[in-house]
Amino acid sequence: MSGRLILGLALAGLLVLPFVLSPYRLILMLPFMAYGVILLGLNLLFAYAGLVSFGHALFVGVGAYTGAFLGAHAGIRSIEVVVLVAAILGAVVAALVGLLCVRYVKIYFGMLTLAFGMVFYTFVLKFYRITGGDEGMPVPRPLLLGLDLDAMPKTDYLIGPYYYYCLGVLVVAAAVMWRIVHSPFGLCLRTIRDNPTKAEALGVSVTRYRWYAFVISGVFGAVGGALLGPPIGNVDPTLVYWTHSGSLVFMALLGGFAHFFGPVLGAFVFIFLQDAVMSVVPYWRLVFGAILAAIVIFAPGGLMGLFARRRAPVEVARP
Amino acid sequence: MILEARDLRKLYGDFCALDGVSLTVGTGEFVSIIGPNGAGKSTLINLLTGVLRPTAGTVRFNDRDVAGIGPVALTRLGLARSFQLVQIFPDLTVLETLQAPVVSRLGRGTRFFRSLAADREVQADALEVAELFGLADKRHVPARQLPQGDKKLLDVASAFALRPEIILLDEPTSGVSTAEKSAIMEILVTASRRMGLKAIIQVEHDMDIVFGYSDRIVALHQGKVLADATPATIRADARVVDMVIGRTHHLPSPPQAERTG
Repeated sequence: MSGRLILGLALAGLLVLPFVLSPYRLILMLPFMAYGVILLGLNLLFAYAGLVSFGHALFVGVGAYTGAFLGAHAGIRSIEVVVLVAAILGAVVAALVGLLCVRYVKIYFGMLTLAFGMVFYTFVLKFYRITGGDEGMPVPRPLLLGLDLDAMPKTDYLIGPYYYYCLGVLVVAAAVMWRIVHSPFGLCLRTIRDNPTKAEALGVSVTRYRWYAFVISGVFGAVGGALLGPPIGNVDPTLVYWTHSGSLVFMALLGGFAHFFGPVLGAFVFIFLQDAVMSVVPYWRLVFGAILAAIVIFAPGGLMGLFARRRAPVEVARP
Repeated sequence: MILEARDLRKLYGDFCALDGVSLTVGTGEFVSIIGPNGAGKSTLINLLTGVLRPTAGTVRFNDRDVAGIGPVALTRLGLARSFQLVQIFPDLTVLETLQAPVVSRLGRGTRFFRSLAADREVQADALEVAELFGLADKRHVPARQLPQGDKKLLDVASAFALRPEIILLDEPTSGVSTAEKSAIMEILVTASRRMGLKAIIQVEHDMDIVFGYSDRIVALHQGKVLADATPATIRADARVVDMVIGRTHHLPSPPQAERTG
């Protein structure tokens, strides 16, 4: 089966899902789609620039709190405005944080992003008057395309219009990211990932391109975060905590970061696996830890890597 | 003069790696830098390519001071380099490796939303370089799967794809079998002529290649220029033969035809 056919079937499946799936499972699809957007951005850094961010929840938080803020303080509930403001704030925060982070690679880059994430976490936790501290802030039900859907029961709203809205944003985000990774910029990023010394000798400005990738990644994180708020209904500091950043990296590894859609698949499996495991044992992190270890040892290419290997034994995914 | 280094001095702490080295390269010249290990060849290259800043002295390229400006800025001005230890992008194909310098030369790296595959100019230019270097048949092969000789060739070819005025080759045939060495040099000289390069500078240990291709040879010894002359003069210079080349080496006979880069 060609990739295009699989993609078409997946999209068709997502479109008809609201007619076949139970409301409970449909509501689980909402964070999946938000995480899909976030992970497309995270993977630009991870797979194409070779940088692992352990503080990406920072941008998710920026996006989610933007929705809560605009609703509480400005009375703005239009999702388009929320997404746009989140994207701008994500870009601004990423531009500033990135200026420092992209000068470092490997563990130093990871630790710096982690540090900035922790600073932001402390900020939202301690500035109670602005952020609601550990109680967080409520996220109002957004207007979609200017339509006020307050008359609908909450579940109907979420699994109907909001579901399709999120799907639309995910499709647009995937199309935009597809263009980015297949652009001349995407090629330059891959040269930096493979060999920064050689890339510089060929005229590719390493820190500048890493910074661009960081900013783009921050925008995707914030947009995804803005979508994540409404289904939760309340944003709180756990969204920004470093374990949340860890979960994002886990999703990328689970799905297989070497493949464009790997991390999106990872988000899907993560959400539903987490739900399934939590319904059986309360210690879901224990189970997930074991799964993570198994992936790294036995299937470094993630689920997409396993799949690709079975399809074509010669073309093994990049470990 | 395209490239002119004057009185270069480089200290690493107390150690003087280069001590008053001057070097000029003119249009049409193929210049080889030779010298035993520790003579200062690597330091000289790093100064000429703007990676290191000299303690004293100047490097001028097309009448511009380029000392320490860094590799990215230098490629913009028209100076490219290849590396002693082969430098490739393991997961990029041959064609992608050659597209990167073309993208960088045309200043298209910030086209975030344009399709690379649809950029005909980049595609055609990269393919032309692949053909010149005999790599067109392998254009879809990932670089890490290439044999060693082809990796070396790809490293050099990608520097050529910048279409520089002058190229600096750091041991272009090191780590390659003797049989492949002359083949690589032939490809390289032909390509530089076709692409209109103004000059080539190489650092090389293989004396067959040094004497077979150079218009001028610069012999370094303990951070100083021992001699800067034509191959014929160098061959007759007992001091250089003793200190740099070694008596045991059988020097090749002079080349039949005049070769210019």
